[in-house]
Amino acid sequence: MSLKSMFEQNGSNKPVGVIGAGSFGLAMANMLARKNDVLLYARRPEAVEYIQSHETYKGKPLHQRIKAINNMQELAERCSVIFPIVPAANFRAMMKDLAPHLHPYHILIHGTKGLDICLPKGGRTKDMPPIDRSCIRTMSEVIREESVVVRIGCLAGPNLATELVQQQPAATVVASHFREVINEGIRLLRNERFQVYGSSDLIGVELCGVLKNIIAIAAGGLSGLGLGENARALLISRGMVEMIYLGRALGGNVQAFIGLAGVGDLVATCTSRLSRNFTVGYRLAQGETLDQILSTMEETAEGVQTVKIMTEIADNLNVRAPITQMLHKVLFENMKVEEALQYLMKYPFNTDVDFL
Amino acid sequence: MQPKPEGIEYTKKIYKPIIPRTEYWPVVQLSRNKKKFIEQVAEQGLERILEIKPSRAALIEELETTLHREKLRIKQNPWAVDPEDDAAFWLDVQKKLVTLSHDTTGKTNGQEKELLRSITTRYAEEIAGSFRPSSYRFARRAITFGFARLLNASRVKGLSSLWSNQYSLQDKLHITGETDQVRALAKKGVVVMVPTHFSNLDSILIGWVIHVLGLPPFVYGAGLNLFNIGVIAYFMNSLGAYKVDRRKKNLVYLETLKSYSSLAMQNGCHSLFFPGGTRSRSGKLEKRLKLGLLNSAMEAQREMYEKNEAADARKIFIVPVTINYNFVLEAPSLINEYLKIKGQERYYVESDKYSSSYKITKFLLKFFTRGSDISVSIGKGMDLLGNFVDDEGKSYDNNGKVIDTRDYFMSNGKVTKDKQREQEYTRMLSEAIVKEYHRINRVFPSHLVAFIAFQILQKKFPKLDLFSLLRLPEDELIIPYEQFKDTFSRLRDEIMKLYQQGKVHVDPKLTGDMDVAINHGIKSVGMYHSKRPLMKNKAGDVTTEDMNTLFYYHNRLSGYELEEYV
Repeated sequence: MSLKSMFEQNGSNKPVGVIGAGSFGLAMANMLARKNDVLLYARRPEAVEYIQSHETYKGKPLHQRIKAINNMQELAERCSVIFPIVPAANFRAMMKDLAPHLHPYHILIHGTKGLDICLPKGGRTKDMPPIDRSCIRTMSEVIREESVVVRIGCLAGPNLATELVQQQPAATVVASHFREVINEGIRLLRNERFQVYGSSDLIGVELCGVLKNIIAIAAGGLSGLGLGENARALLISRGMVEMIYLGRALGGNVQAFIGLAGVGDLVATCTSRLSRNFTVGYRLAQGETLDQILSTMEETAEGVQTVKIMTEIADNLNVRAPITQMLHKVLFENMKVEEALQYLMKYPFNTDVDFL
Repeated sequence: MQPKPEGIEYTKKIYKPIIPRTEYWPVVQLSRNKKKFIEQVAEQGLERILEIKPSRAALIEELETTLHREKLRIKQNPWAVDPEDDAAFWLDVQKKLVTLSHDTTGKTNGQEKELLRSITTRYAEEIAGSFRPSSYRFARRAITFGFARLLNASRVKGLSSLWSNQYSLQDKLHITGETDQVRALAKKGVVVMVPTHFSNLDSILIGWVIHVLGLPPFVYGAGLNLFNIGVIAYFMNSLGAYKVDRRKKNLVYLETLKSYSSLAMQNGCHSLFFPGGTRSRSGKLEKRLKLGLLNSAMEAQREMYEKNEAADARKIFIVPVTINYNFVLEAPSLINEYLKIKGQERYYVESDKYSSSYKITKFLLKFFTRGSDISVSIGKGMDLLGNFVDDEGKSYDNNGKVIDTRDYFMSNGKVTKDKQREQEYTRMLSEAIVKEYHRINRVFPSHLVAFIAFQILQKKFPKLDLFSLLRLPEDELIIPYEQFKDTFSRLRDEIMKLYQQGKVHVDPKLTGDMDVAINHGIKSVGMYHSKRPLMKNKAGDVTTEDMNTLFYYHNRLSGYELEEYV
């Protein structure tokens, strides 16, 4: 058997799929292209055409092994490992398009840090019961619901897209119930500048990625007020506690939160101006309204929607989540960032750590 | 593809055998080649263990542990069914092991495998059942004929009634659900029936159900302790049971057992497991299943795909079954054990009263001469991943798309063995089975009255923990009938809603006039216990003589979140 045919049998010459040409999608496509052929699915045909004929897209370089396509069926037929990285609000619709072409042998590792709410057709009415865990889904749960795929994983960690593209050293967590999926993630992604850790706590790691966005908005707010490092450190550590409370209410374990995907990602997003959620908070504190900010942002800041969902959950399940609840007031009820901060400073905490 | 709720009324059907000639029954074929089959099992057991303990040192250590445990078992917990040469065999193992572990020259290399083989062979022989078509036929007839006579004698008046055929066993034991599908699936592939487990009677019952449905006998693992009981041992042996010895928890035994189960399936034998492991102590529907035997089905399926091309590979179908009783013979001792395990308090535990032939026979007599219905609900068949299948055996996803089950075992274009993956699949399968249990579970009036009575008492004393609640004095245990009826009405509505949503099933006696349903429930819940779980007092109010069994029968409906409507 020739070397080439061996590779073919192992399937290692199969291209890897990426769905979503946002900044993180592009960063991951570039990362994957260092070792594999990559098929990058973009929703808009113009985008596909642009990517095919240019060397950069949205300011990000395009590796020569990346090929853009606009056909879900082709993607599913040619790739057995696919990384869906699209905004949470579009995730379910994307899965509905992809699902008819998927088979149980597919591996899906998503990189979306948001939640999905299931509401009855016609939207929510006032007399409906409040949102609880049964109404919200993590992306892995959406994949399970919409498709036959069971070998599901997620990516999370301090992975600011811009730095990844610059090939600065970084690491990520691939979480899955399947050792096989983690190993695939490592095989496809790991290189001399990118470390990959495995975790079996899929839900926990997903929640880390989702919940840290809330704290990132708050961190932006503090920065926008011109506050310094003490305040930020206070926020990060208390924010982490809040994440753990909320995470537990949604069925995550504490362990994931103190790992790379939890505290690691939290520190990165709360200290970097590159983060979208941080930017939302920053501009709010500078006096812009949410509508102004969202209308001028190119990509989704998942945190805004997450604050909305998690506030309801916290109220409903009696979880102590003052940062989230205050942010809700700032984002949707016209409270000033300063006011929210004052309130938080008066909040009667007394124990530092009570979850370990 | 979610199944629609099936009608409430029972129907009585006659099913023709799907394989009329016994010589073609898979289990008959298996026992014909018994010697060869045992060799296969021993060999596969050996391979499995060598995979887990690849080095000589690790294997010798494992054998030493096995030996140690077996010696303890022989000394501390001997049973009548144990072979006479038990002690001698292990003494011999001990001698050989001493030589092996002291050898530093390498002269005895390879002998550890031979020793292992002798043990797996012994275990395989021990596990193997001896199926005899002639006694199968006799046992089956004895059940059907004997019980039908008793039934008619008690229900139809007059001397000639003993030979009347007005009632048959199916009037007492209702078989409902996907009966036609399970027959279709048994022709297409290998059926693995997974019933809930509440009573020692279950195995006999299921054996009878399998016969009525016209299915060839199933292979199943029965607790070796049942072979201590004369009558049951006879039935077990004749129905194709293999023996599972729960005292033996050593790796070598467990792997041999799994090989047995897996190879029987691969040989086309329909199988039966009680995936809850032992009888439900609390009276709750199984929430967590034992994954070991289910995992052996997973492995069998993967091996069947590995060895055969797509078109030839047979598929395994999992069929959940619930058995619904008004009365569980062992309830008092089961719930005591449960409470003891949960145990803040030391409970006085009586010996397992009903584990004697006499007691069982007496119960059967009572059962057939007085009215207590049992219903057996056959669930919808699913593949090894918990996807529902149609009558052709094709799997479907939630959106109605056909799935090729083989694909779950594939990576990079071929079937691969991945233990961790299969463990995860087994966990997913067990969740699907538990969900199906809850869907096909039939709510009897007796379940609902027990649930309501216990919940009302619990709400009346919100500050008491379970154990204090169970010890309440008699005069605190009276529930005014009007309050009881009110609650019954509300809960029955909720249950009917759940039924419409396909989340539970109901018995016809639960519908109709409320007083009739309540009275029927109170009369039939735990009807043969010397202390009644529920009764009406002189004033017509509801009360109990035994909180423990009331708690037990109440538990049947836990897990449906009905508590909030009480």
